[in-house]
Amino acid sequence: MQTNPLLALFGGALLLLGLIAFFIGRAKAARVRAAGVAMHAQPDQYAWFAVLATAGPALLVSALGAFVMLLLGAEIPVPYLLAGSLIIAALGLMFGINKAKPDFHARQAIERVIGWILIGAALISIFTTFGILFSIVFEALRFFQMHSFWDFITGTVWNPGASFLVAAGRGDEGGAAAQFGSVPLFAGTFMITAIAMLVAIPVGLLSAIYMSEFAPARVRTFAKPTLEVLAGIPTVVYGFFAAITVAPIIVNVAGFFGLDASFNNAVAPGLVMGIMIIPFISSLSDDVINSVPDSMRQGSLALGMTKSETIRDVVIPAALPGIISASLLAVSRALGETMIVVMAAGMRPNLTANPLEDMTTVTVRIVAALTGDLEFESAETLSAFALGLVLFAVTLSLNLVSVIMIRRFREKYRVNNL
Amino acid sequence: MNHSFDEISAQLKKRHRKSARLKWISMGALGLAGLFLVLFFSDMLNKGLPAFQQAYIQVEVDYNEDATRMGRAAMDREISSLVSRSFERLIPGMIRDNPDLLGTSEQRWVLANSQVDQYLKGHRNKLSEEERARVDELAESGQVELKFNTTFFTNGDSKMAESAGILAAVVGTVMTMLVTLAIAFPIGVMTAVYLEEFAPDNRLTQLIEININNLAAIPSILFGLLGLAIFINFFGVPRSSPLVGGMTLALMTLPVIIIATRTALRSVPDSIRHAAFGVGCSRWQAVRDHVLPLAMPGIMTGSIIGLAQAMGETAPLIIVGMVAFIPDVGISFTNAATVMPAQVFTWAGEPERAFVEKTAGGILVLLSILIALNATAVVLRKKFERRW
Repeated sequence: MQTNPLLALFGGALLLLGLIAFFIGRAKAARVRAAGVAMHAQPDQYAWFAVLATAGPALLVSALGAFVMLLLGAEIPVPYLLAGSLIIAALGLMFGINKAKPDFHARQAIERVIGWILIGAALISIFTTFGILFSIVFEALRFFQMHSFWDFITGTVWNPGASFLVAAGRGDEGGAAAQFGSVPLFAGTFMITAIAMLVAIPVGLLSAIYMSEFAPARVRTFAKPTLEVLAGIPTVVYGFFAAITVAPIIVNVAGFFGLDASFNNAVAPGLVMGIMIIPFISSLSDDVINSVPDSMRQGSLALGMTKSETIRDVVIPAALPGIISASLLAVSRALGETMIVVMAAGMRPNLTANPLEDMTTVTVRIVAALTGDLEFESAETLSAFALGLVLFAVTLSLNLVSVIMIRRFREKYRVNNL
Repeated sequence: MNHSFDEISAQLKKRHRKSARLKWISMGALGLAGLFLVLFFSDMLNKGLPAFQQAYIQVEVDYNEDATRMGRAAMDREISSLVSRSFERLIPGMIRDNPDLLGTSEQRWVLANSQVDQYLKGHRNKLSEEERARVDELAESGQVELKFNTTFFTNGDSKMAESAGILAAVVGTVMTMLVTLAIAFPIGVMTAVYLEEFAPDNRLTQLIEININNLAAIPSILFGLLGLAIFINFFGVPRSSPLVGGMTLALMTLPVIIIATRTALRSVPDSIRHAAFGVGCSRWQAVRDHVLPLAMPGIMTGSIIGLAQAMGETAPLIIVGMVAFIPDVGISFTNAATVMPAQVFTWAGEPERAFVEKTAGGILVLLSILIALNATAVVLRKKFERRW
């Protein structure tokens, strides 16, 4: 790390130039004003403008240079880059001080620069999405160059086996060829997600109905944050709970009925994941049910319907888009959940309809492929990105549908707080 | 359709019964969730509290010539099988550092090994019958005791259950969270300020908004893939370091902070802005001097909640390699480190029975910190919440 002292030197020099800019700029503006000339801005604003003019372009140039080096692999010697930036900083300093004149709108100039900085910050979230997309797509494409996309989507055997030998250039040593058929992984993922939804949707929805339609205000203010606690517990803790406490119980119960269950069965992670997801459904459903206009309930009750009939035939149908949207978000959450399945579900890809057997999921394989001591170039490591790509596509579309549905609901009832 | 009055009232009764049934069922659903919470916490306390106690044993340590090479020789053969190997390993070093010790002997309380510990707590263990009898005997004479487990709070990870501790993970968490906050807080607040106070209502703004909502719902493991492919492989940030972990978590926490900040900014009434503009403030001056200070409590609350979320996150950190075995507590942003949830994950994978207890103990520490953070957020909100 020989660049570190250089960077410190650069930072120090830039800071010094900035300070010089600030004080000279202010002194100059103050002098002009003391001479009795009316100015467009305060001396401090001229000073800050000088600082921005000094530091802004210099930082921009050095960041650009660093990025070009990384992206294009072009070698720009670091000392030259930093020295160049410092020269630009000095030029900016002169420009900034020169601008401290009565007819210059320093405040508006600063305002414009700050506007650009804020836009830059806002764009980072967009870069993040694209970053995720590109990093996954790029590596996934490399995987699909080695193994066909069709086999990946339709194959029923997941056996990465000897792919690391191929990466090490010893392809003909390992016995069976590696197979990457992802169907068993998706089957496992959907099985566990389905079990989770069987728990989360009824319990979450009924809790929401109770809280918004029946519960006295006191219970409501207490129950809602309590349910939220479920969402705040780290998933690794749920995973431990599922593996150590719930799985043995499932095995015992299954044994009681004469069934043979694996300790890595799909029921334990599914159940626990369902419990974790309850607040996602209950909280959003509660908000949606609450924003169904009261006039609809009153109309229904005035026609002689009982409370449960009103809920079943009027409130729930009205709130349905919101409830479906909440459930879709919950499904997307369950599909991408990692720690619970890593700790409680199996490692063995297994295509079965029996939830008491052990089965594995997409996220488990991603973790397994990336935590070993494998070469990054091997097909198994890259397969993690292919799986990630599918996961990204599925959750993204679920999220988008969910957003569209909640927007429909909002427009229909003119609710603004959802 | 002619219904008699009796028929109708019977039907009505049935309908009301149905109504009551829905009420009870839905109440039961809520109760079920509550019951789970109670079961969960009692199970964790039950499993984790014993981790805060540890068996110690009083031994006669004889600093003889053999002990300079092999620590085991300093103790009675029969006792040494009950003592933690981590203490045996220390003995030669102790003599080297302090040669006067050679030839002396002393009574010391030292860590017993995890088998003795598990035996005393009534759990499954691998002690032989004689060893059990000996431990019983020693316990009777007060030479073996369960004491408060300070090792757990002062040590890093260890392959020996009795001397494994959480401190390295706590330090790693603090470092990682510092990085996360340093990145996510300014960028998140700036984004929210832009969207609420500056942005024109155009395509770009809508794109940013949709994108932020979508980021909040992307599975966390995908952020790990981003961290691995871009931060580590492309930018060359050191693997397993708090720096890369913090950067990855910062991207995950960003939407939480942005959404919370926007809500806080929106709750500041427009009259404040109008007053500021009225006395000649520019937009930025109005935001900096009037809107932001008023929104700060809400922003802080949201950031603390986002921080608590990031603190419990494991999956992306596993992908960027933060599950390293860290026996020494080190303060560095670029060296390998581990965090509390990752430590819990590592311990959960250890086959020894004693580690189950450590795992649950680590979980209790993690949960207490999270509860403290969330409580702080609630108190902040209660204290500074303002109705306009």
